[in-house]
Amino acid sequence: MSVAERTDPLLGIDLARAPESAKDFKGKVNPDWCKGCGDFGVLNSLQRALFELELKPHEILAVSGIGCSSNLPGYLNAYGMHTLHGRSLPFATGAKLGNHELTVIATGGDGDGYGIGGNHLMHTARRNLNLTYLVMNNQIYGLTTGQISPTSRPEMKTKSTPFGNLEYPINPITSAIMNGATYVARGYSADPKHLVELIKGGIQHQGFSLIDVFSPCVTFNHDNDFAFFKPRIKKLEDEGHDTQDWKAACEKAMAWGDEIYIGLFITNDRPSLDSMEMVLQDGPPLARRELGLSKEQGKKLIGRMM
Amino acid sequence: MSVNGLDFTIGIGGAAGQGIATPGNILARMFGRRGLHLYAYNAYQSIIRGGHILLSIRIRDQEVHSHGDGIDMLLCLNQDTMDRHLNILKPGSWVIYNADKVEPGELPEGVLACPMPVGELAEGSKNKLIQNTISLGVMMSVLGADFGVLQEALEQAFGRKGAAVVEENVKMARAGYDHAAANFESFPTPLPEGEKPLAMWTGNSALAMGGAAAGVKFYCAYPMSPSTGVLHWFANHAHELGIMVRQVEDEIGVANMAIGAAHSGCRAMCATSGGGFALMTEAIGAASMMEIPVVYINVMRAGPSTGVPTKTEQGDLWQALGASQGDFERFIVAPVNCLDAYNTVPEIFNLVDKAQCPGIIISDLLISEGTFNVDPDLVDLQPEINRGDFLVDPSPNGTYLRYKDTESGISPRVVPGYEGFVHTVATDEHDEDGVIISDEFTHPHKRRKSVEKRARKFQGVVADVPAPSLEGPADAEVTLLGWGSTYGVIKEAIEILAEQGVVANQLPIKWIAPLHGDVVEDILSSAKKVILVENNHSGQFARYLRSETGYSPDGHIRKYDGEPFMPHHVVEGVLELMKTEESIYVPYQEIIV
Repeated sequence: MSVAERTDPLLGIDLARAPESAKDFKGKVNPDWCKGCGDFGVLNSLQRALFELELKPHEILAVSGIGCSSNLPGYLNAYGMHTLHGRSLPFATGAKLGNHELTVIATGGDGDGYGIGGNHLMHTARRNLNLTYLVMNNQIYGLTTGQISPTSRPEMKTKSTPFGNLEYPINPITSAIMNGATYVARGYSADPKHLVELIKGGIQHQGFSLIDVFSPCVTFNHDNDFAFFKPRIKKLEDEGHDTQDWKAACEKAMAWGDEIYIGLFITNDRPSLDSMEMVLQDGPPLARRELGLSKEQGKKLIGRMM
Repeated sequence: MSVNGLDFTIGIGGAAGQGIATPGNILARMFGRRGLHLYAYNAYQSIIRGGHILLSIRIRDQEVHSHGDGIDMLLCLNQDTMDRHLNILKPGSWVIYNADKVEPGELPEGVLACPMPVGELAEGSKNKLIQNTISLGVMMSVLGADFGVLQEALEQAFGRKGAAVVEENVKMARAGYDHAAANFESFPTPLPEGEKPLAMWTGNSALAMGGAAAGVKFYCAYPMSPSTGVLHWFANHAHELGIMVRQVEDEIGVANMAIGAAHSGCRAMCATSGGGFALMTEAIGAASMMEIPVVYINVMRAGPSTGVPTKTEQGDLWQALGASQGDFERFIVAPVNCLDAYNTVPEIFNLVDKAQCPGIIISDLLISEGTFNVDPDLVDLQPEINRGDFLVDPSPNGTYLRYKDTESGISPRVVPGYEGFVHTVATDEHDEDGVIISDEFTHPHKRRKSVEKRARKFQGVVADVPAPSLEGPADAEVTLLGWGSTYGVIKEAIEILAEQGVVANQLPIKWIAPLHGDVVEDILSSAKKVILVENNHSGQFARYLRSETGYSPDGHIRKYDGEPFMPHHVVEGVLELMKTEESIYVPYQEIIV
């Protein structure tokens, strides 16, 4: 096979070689996000994290739902699934269980993950499968042109709440902690260096990791923009936070005033589902195993029916 | 007992919690070992304790296709059973009851009463379920079976509970057996034996086992009657067969998780009932758009909404046809009986793998929860597995296009994990390379090409689906048309009609989509009179048939009271529709449960 045949004409890179920079994780097309969107910082941080972890594109599956941020898998040079609104976690769970050798990363927004997909987050957290969930939280519905999201602040005026939001927001950090997630972090898209470390930690963590990222919407959310976050953002590590202390983690996660914390809130080593599941212990991933019943297995099944 | 050999139905009635399942299973196993054919239908309610249950176990010395037309031996575990069902017993039948607790009521003429002095026989046993064991002894004696067969079955059923439990049950069964031998009239001829022992299964276990044989490596579900038996089978066999089995938070999660697993390369399946299937439908469209093969099973129960959870109906045909938004193809198949349910799973997996699209199996409570015997030699444990255009050991060869626009419409598939084939699949409309075209510039020509590609690959596999064919004499006066689980009851109705001088045949429909409408229309338009039998009110298949062929049957037999057809319901319907101008006949359900 000639070198030309092995080169992807769109990316201009050798298909089989190891990435030489974070740029090798750039996808086939460029993001269609608004200029200045927080999601750029998240995408760049993810690409950098994957590169620094020395992963190859084919070892990664990025799964998203629907929303501006859910377009991310298309902008990443990795296997991708761009799926239904709110369903990235079930898709990612199925794919990871089918091939547990893949590094599976779910991505999406706050509406996708905390609204329509909220039920799946609760159960994926307690299930503790070895997945990384990256939520670009902009506290607004962007793709539908500006309505409240589950994380919008009370009284916020949007197209669906012209008289102000009457509902209280979800706190994704405390929710994930309460539901048993074993790695819960919050990042800020304007601090990519910090975010890269959180993402790397999440991918390396053996269990479910939620990384909620403040990723401001420059078009529809003028309340929680970069100017709002900049003076308030404080890092947990600067405060000597103990990541084993879930009560302190919840207290810090609830802070929403002059100080808003980012960093790793909790982590623990509760065994992951894939490490406990008997069926995955021996042999290759399920997707690569031989299909059907052996003669011996069939005989046993019939025997029990007699 | 029919003159043509053994044809006998035992009814066991009681309340939930009275342990009907145990004697039912013991009887079924004994009959199976004796080589007798069995068809058991359990009429029950959505209640854990109380209510009324009637388990009908019909046995024959030849193949049995329905739960029959009546009860020949009624075991009353409570007064309610006696009060409800005594009136349907015909001369020559038996009624067995606990004489200490149940008043017999006025026995119809010719019905033999078998009162069991349970207190006396039980000799002070504190076991509340002991009347069940005593009655097994009574039944075996009346049927003229050897006690050793029952003893063996009891040892197997209670072995796990320890020697003392086995001993008590054998002793009580013996007491019942001896009491009956001394006091009750038994069968004029002893229970016959078949050629060889038969295996026992339910429709749900057949669907699950069919999945295992087809190579299912991922099964997930949310419990819902009457589909939960599939989950239980998989859960019990997960470790032994190396199958990932998960109970998921809801059916939305189930349906999408199955696609995720299928995308990784596993054969993936899930089962639910109508309400859960409604939640799954968006995912079915996703599987179509992303071109990922997954099999969804809908075990129908009476709807709409939560409906009647423990009753049967063929009411979800249009839900399957219309599952999910958008205009796309899917396979839909309604197995006609338990063995067919088993065979259908590998069949549909080969089709969905070939066409890279979703497939739907429609079962119903009658097949799924019924208990049946099967000749073990008929169970194909190594069915053909064909994964279609699926690259299992790919190596890079230029730019890989996941949705390559081929002549057949089928694009060679590579699953994640292989170097040099990185791509994104999407539920948004996409180009050949998987890049979505929906956002910035929805190119109408690209959209048209994608729609046509997906439709074309389905057209290419239509020939792989067998066309329906007529069963029975070609020159019949009446052609009975049915789909899915009505196959057996129609078959028996035809036998009864023949005895009454009416020549009928049957066109059973298993594959709903694709239908082979031209074949169906050819057969029906040359029939003398066509009557469509279906277990619903509005005639769902009648409407589908009209939409696909323009053909309308002459008459309809419909039942929508939650209970399945009995053969005489169909017979009476045919006779009625042959002599009147009416086009719809609705049978009366005489066994009230």
